[in-house]
Amino acid sequence: MSTITNVSRRGFLTGLAGTGAFVLSARYLPEALWAETTPLGTTHAERSALHPDIFLGVDSDGMVYIIAHRSEMGTTSRTSLPMIAADELDADWKRVKIEQAIGDVKYGDQSTDGSYSIRSFYDAMRQTGATARYMLIQAAALQWKVSPSECTTDLHTVVHSASGRRLGYGELAQAASKLPVPRKEDLKFKTKDQWRYIGKGTKSYDLAELCTGKAIFGIDAHMDGMVYASVEHSPVIGGKLKSYDEKAPLQVAGVKQTVTIDPFKPPAVFKPLGGIAVIADNTWAAFQGRKKLNPIWDSGPNASFNSDEYKKELQQTARQSGKVIRNEGDVDSAFAKGGEVFEADYYVPLLAHAPMEPMAAVAEFKDGKVTTWTSTQNPQAVQDTIAQELGIPKENVTCHVTLLGGGFGRKSKPDYVAEAAVLSKKVGRPVKVVWSREDDMKFGYYNAVAALYMKAALDTKGKPTAWLQRSVFPPIASTFNPAAVQGEAGDLQQGWTDMPFAVPNLRVENGAAKAHVRIGWLRSVANIYHAFAVQSFGDELAHRAGRDPVEYLLELLGPARIIDLKAHGYPNYDASPEQYPLDIARLRHVVEMAAEKSDWGKRKLSKGSGLGIAVHRSFLTYVATVVEVEVSDGGDITIPRVDTVVDAGLVVNPEATRSQFEGAAVFGTSIARSGEITAKNGAIEQSNFDNYPVARIDEAPRQTNVYIVENDAPPAGVGEPGVPPFAPALCNAIFAATGKRVRELPLSKANLGKT
Amino acid sequence: MIQLKINGKSQSFQGDSDMPLLWYLRDVLGLTGTKFGCGASLCGACTVHKSGKAIRSCVTPMSSLAGAEITTIEGVGGGQLHPVQKAWIEANVPQCGYCQSGQIMQAISLLAKTPKPTDEQIDNGMQGNICRCGTYQRIRAAIKSAAGVQA
Repeated sequence: MSTITNVSRRGFLTGLAGTGAFVLSARYLPEALWAETTPLGTTHAERSALHPDIFLGVDSDGMVYIIAHRSEMGTTSRTSLPMIAADELDADWKRVKIEQAIGDVKYGDQSTDGSYSIRSFYDAMRQTGATARYMLIQAAALQWKVSPSECTTDLHTVVHSASGRRLGYGELAQAASKLPVPRKEDLKFKTKDQWRYIGKGTKSYDLAELCTGKAIFGIDAHMDGMVYASVEHSPVIGGKLKSYDEKAPLQVAGVKQTVTIDPFKPPAVFKPLGGIAVIADNTWAAFQGRKKLNPIWDSGPNASFNSDEYKKELQQTARQSGKVIRNEGDVDSAFAKGGEVFEADYYVPLLAHAPMEPMAAVAEFKDGKVTTWTSTQNPQAVQDTIAQELGIPKENVTCHVTLLGGGFGRKSKPDYVAEAAVLSKKVGRPVKVVWSREDDMKFGYYNAVAALYMKAALDTKGKPTAWLQRSVFPPIASTFNPAAVQGEAGDLQQGWTDMPFAVPNLRVENGAAKAHVRIGWLRSVANIYHAFAVQSFGDELAHRAGRDPVEYLLELLGPARIIDLKAHGYPNYDASPEQYPLDIARLRHVVEMAAEKSDWGKRKLSKGSGLGIAVHRSFLTYVATVVEVEVSDGGDITIPRVDTVVDAGLVVNPEATRSQFEGAAVFGTSIARSGEITAKNGAIEQSNFDNYPVARIDEAPRQTNVYIVENDAPPAGVGEPGVPPFAPALCNAIFAATGKRVRELPLSKANLGKT
Repeated sequence: MIQLKINGKSQSFQGDSDMPLLWYLRDVLGLTGTKFGCGASLCGACTVHKSGKAIRSCVTPMSSLAGAEITTIEGVGGGQLHPVQKAWIEANVPQCGYCQSGQIMQAISLLAKTPKPTDEQIDNGMQGNICRCGTYQRIRAAIKSAAGVQA
């Protein structure tokens, strides 16, 4: 099913009827739906007549089965990766069925984060398709007694042009399966001009189900005999239960019992937090029962955590020497020379993911084994976590992956799935755990709060001769090791170590901060605060120098060159610096193109309006964004237009990529406008979309134009890189419009009005 | 006992009449196309129709629904794709798709009342429905396409 850009709509809609994967009628059993991947541990791909490797099968009826081993949370990777394999196979997309993989090490990495999916599996998908195509050609050539080199393929068919003979893939699958699987060196890959789908793209395989309520998310999964659970956690992370009312919840109609879960022993990792579960006939009853628990907690040491004081601590640390991450020239001498010095402090608070689908999982513990259905970005981590919690082998945990109602990094951490498994063992039935929105807000793995200090020495033309930048934030590592206080290479690679400006004297530092909540990764992660500081500060310098921000930004970037950061332990998002260098020419190009596409310097803007620009490389992708803002006299902002230029190397699915960057502008709007999680006496103060607002249709950018740079460089990430440049571009636009500089997010705390 | 119609079919509800319609649909009837997002009428993921008008099922107690005619995403097309669903598919609106049942139900309700909505009317009509993936631009385009107005 699904469509290729130029397929007629009628053909597309007809195709929908036959789709299998996530279609269900009212009272479904997920077992029936995904059974093919479960009981024997085999997939339909594996049971197909021709099955050259784990990812693909061609059956005798001509159906092609391709495994989606990554999670689908809206980026379309579940469609785009199989599409690559289908292209190399020269398959007819309408005769391709996608099967969602369970968690299994045999698929390699299934942790769907870091904008990895396409770049990590582009080659593997091409190889799996090319392998099957090779074998089908061989089989046809044998049958026709001709050389394989005389044969080609044409949409699901092998063709011998000289004689005009044709055989369909289904007819050849059995014979092809008898042949040896070719070595990679012997494969013949398509050339770019032969691609049917790569670079053209298709809509999501699940599009029709998503528009008809038939798509199945973790919260929709069902197991026979299951009960519903809602879990009360200590408001302060690490708190221990002293007592609760065991009887009152049982007065609520539908409540069956209460069960306690032991508090986790640090480190938090992905362990269940611990608490009291109310088990009931339905979700509502479980929620109601929780209100009667009257729990008393021993909050523990994290009760000292108050965001206001913590902010001051981080800001003080940011003003003291930190750990040197990168050092070029001699910053101290340059500052000591005298002349103009400019410094600024920036701040970005804790952020919550708030995916529209709260955390949910159904799990059954039976005979020492666990079966779970859940919205997870990381099914192998589900296996590991449950295995550890229940003391069973990892192989005894089967994790089925549903569609995800958003993820943004939160669903990489399966604490909620482990809750379902632990509870199923305790109550002896399948258990469905559903978190409330309040649970989601209060028990996140937050994106770190960060204080950032920037200092530059300026020459007479206002250009920096020395540049010092220092970031302070509780590191992600603290979730895995409570003693960790310093940013690691993985955090610092994200827009800090790789600060791209050409300044002769440069020092990049990081200061220590202790975490008091679980710190995780949220769409683009440390790039959010690092890009905010670097791109805001650069814009401040441009205005101080009385220069046009685009021209000044290009000067800061300096000449086209490759920056080599190997000596600084730069992980480069786990990609080789040879294949994916930090290329200033590409940064310059997206800036120039964004200026051109946005009519920078030419556009007539009304009073109270302004344009701002920011550029950033993250996840190996180069993005420049121009935001137009209108600020009313009362300080309300609207965002009429965004122009964003993306250089992500080879873009496999342009339509999906455009969607990702449109969405990133909205995600960035939420961060900038109103994203802030705070704690008081260790407990998170926000609870729902009223006090943790996210952008709505009337607050989001009205029009986001996405321009994709044509590029044959290897594919890079697209899910996250649109986010980092957005907030600084918006705040730079606000300065252009009002003369007010925003150094602390969110904007809801700033007074942008005229009074 | 509360008698009501869901997608044209008669149903009798027996249970805690404080239970919101959302949980009756999802946990009792197994109509999981209607989604839970906030439980407090803040996000619109649970939007269904009562006599053709959008309501938030997460805050609508069963006690208020005696004799009501409820339509959910599963029933809104009457066995076919509703024109608004077609417009959604055409515009390739969803990313994760979780909020889209509610978005579509809200849009159908908006268009029933305002067949040719302006941008401002779309803002007002749709601002109660959150999409965290940020598909608003395509939602707006799909509504205009379904309404036959210029994007």
